[in-house]
Amino acid sequence: MNFYLTYVLVASALFAFTALFTLFALYSERKISAFIQDRLGPMEVGKYGSLQAFADILKMLQKEFIIPTAADKILFILAPIIIFVSVYLGFAALPWAPGLIPASLNLGLFYIFAILSIETLGILMAGWGSNNKYALLGSMRSVAQMVSYEIPAGISLLSVVMISQSLNLQEITIRQGILTTEAVSFLGFWDVKAIGGFLAWNVFQAPHLIVAYIIYFIASLAECNRAPFDIPEAESELVGGFHVEYSGLRFAFIFLAEYSMMFLVGMIGVVLFLGGWNSPLPNIGSVSLANWTTGIVWGIFWILLKTLSVVAVQIWIRWTLPRFRVDQLMSFCWKVLTPLAFLCMLISGIWRLTMM
Amino acid sequence: MIGKVLNVFKTVVKGLKLTLGHFFAATVSRKVKAISDPGYFSQSTGITTIQYPHVKLPVPDVGRYQLDVEMDDCIVCDLCAKICPVDCIDIESIKSTEAIGKTSDGTTKRLYAAKFDIDMAKCMYCGLCTVVCPTECIVMTDTYDRSMIDLNEMTYKFSDMTTAEADEKRLALEKLNAERIAAKQVVLQQNTENKI
Repeated sequence: MNFYLTYVLVASALFAFTALFTLFALYSERKISAFIQDRLGPMEVGKYGSLQAFADILKMLQKEFIIPTAADKILFILAPIIIFVSVYLGFAALPWAPGLIPASLNLGLFYIFAILSIETLGILMAGWGSNNKYALLGSMRSVAQMVSYEIPAGISLLSVVMISQSLNLQEITIRQGILTTEAVSFLGFWDVKAIGGFLAWNVFQAPHLIVAYIIYFIASLAECNRAPFDIPEAESELVGGFHVEYSGLRFAFIFLAEYSMMFLVGMIGVVLFLGGWNSPLPNIGSVSLANWTTGIVWGIFWILLKTLSVVAVQIWIRWTLPRFRVDQLMSFCWKVLTPLAFLCMLISGIWRLTMM
Repeated sequence: MIGKVLNVFKTVVKGLKLTLGHFFAATVSRKVKAISDPGYFSQSTGITTIQYPHVKLPVPDVGRYQLDVEMDDCIVCDLCAKICPVDCIDIESIKSTEAIGKTSDGTTKRLYAAKFDIDMAKCMYCGLCTVVCPTECIVMTDTYDRSMIDLNEMTYKFSDMTTAEADEKRLALEKLNAERIAAKQVVLQQNTENKI
């Protein structure tokens, strides 16, 4: 019985986290975009507009559920739930700190990637169910984009898996810090097992993983439909994209999924490439910074810090770059990212055989 | 192909640097200055937002904003209503039986304004009325933010007479006119009698 209580507690904690993160990200996105454009952003609700996100959510909760007459009601109602749940389930296999992981799966990475693909289905359902040409066009574009970009993302992640020899995200994280039992070498020649810190991160264990991380980062932007890959919801052409017919709480769920997805893809990148919950500070002689800054609380702190920085970069990129054209988007994925990702995987294999 | 990709990264980095520069420049706000201030165009970095209801951009004292009429100076000559291209000024005058008084520039007032309405919803802010006014009693002020819930409130009523007062003046004028006509007829009658 206690078992189930723990399950429910963990699930609600994760849900509360995604909701809080969404509110926080909403506010910070508005503020960052405002500062980039020499504006002030929200200033009226609360000190420096800090309660703006709560006010927005409160407004959204009060709104009426509108279902278009010609919509496919079942698909229309189910879509936001599927979109959100698929992202939310992804959080189940992500490690937060040493020994702190909601579900330590042997196939963690595989599971996350599989479950994230379901989101595409939800988006297609939303677009088709709305019975609206803009929504349908948006969802079509979204599906084409997400399916295409999953390939370079997946292959660049595989190149990490080849180095780490595990699909368990907790294992992969442990192998990037001082808690590991295996040999860790910086750039393949300097044994940094006792030093740890940022030197032991995957991107520094094998330098070609930096390229793999850049590929993954670009592909992850495309997967969460963010600018410059936001053609599925291109406001200037498609009004709002696949969620154009949604209102109130249903729209809030789509929004929640979008922002949780940002955090999720950022966190996957951090776990696989940037050391996860491992401290970035190395042991220097008797000053063992890495030993001091490793633990459950430190782990949560580091992974939050790293992931939030990645999310900040995502926001920064969104407010800098203009939107891709559809054909450019596809040729960029298939002609540049996919071959490069394959190359990274090849180097990973050679690296594993020769350097480790 | 590789050159193209490198160029993409180069331009992306350039753009990101630009936005980051603006992001960090956002710690300071530009000072709110009037356009007449010599430093108005010299501020090139920082936040440009003016938090309007709390902070206001200084405007000249006599800008082309809302109209205002100083009724004590008005001689009800109707010139403003005549020149108005959109006919937003509506004046109804009553002749006085005697000189009412003087305006501040010494012109004698001989007309009462029973009605002096300006419909600001119609006004196109051309300022012609202020130019033709002989006593300079109709001016444009620095008030630019006036919003109303009811459209009728946009019609500003400047006349300081009550209806009762206006009626009284009308009666006085009618009485005077009647007396004059009677006097004229007396004169006419006398003339005809003299001829016979």
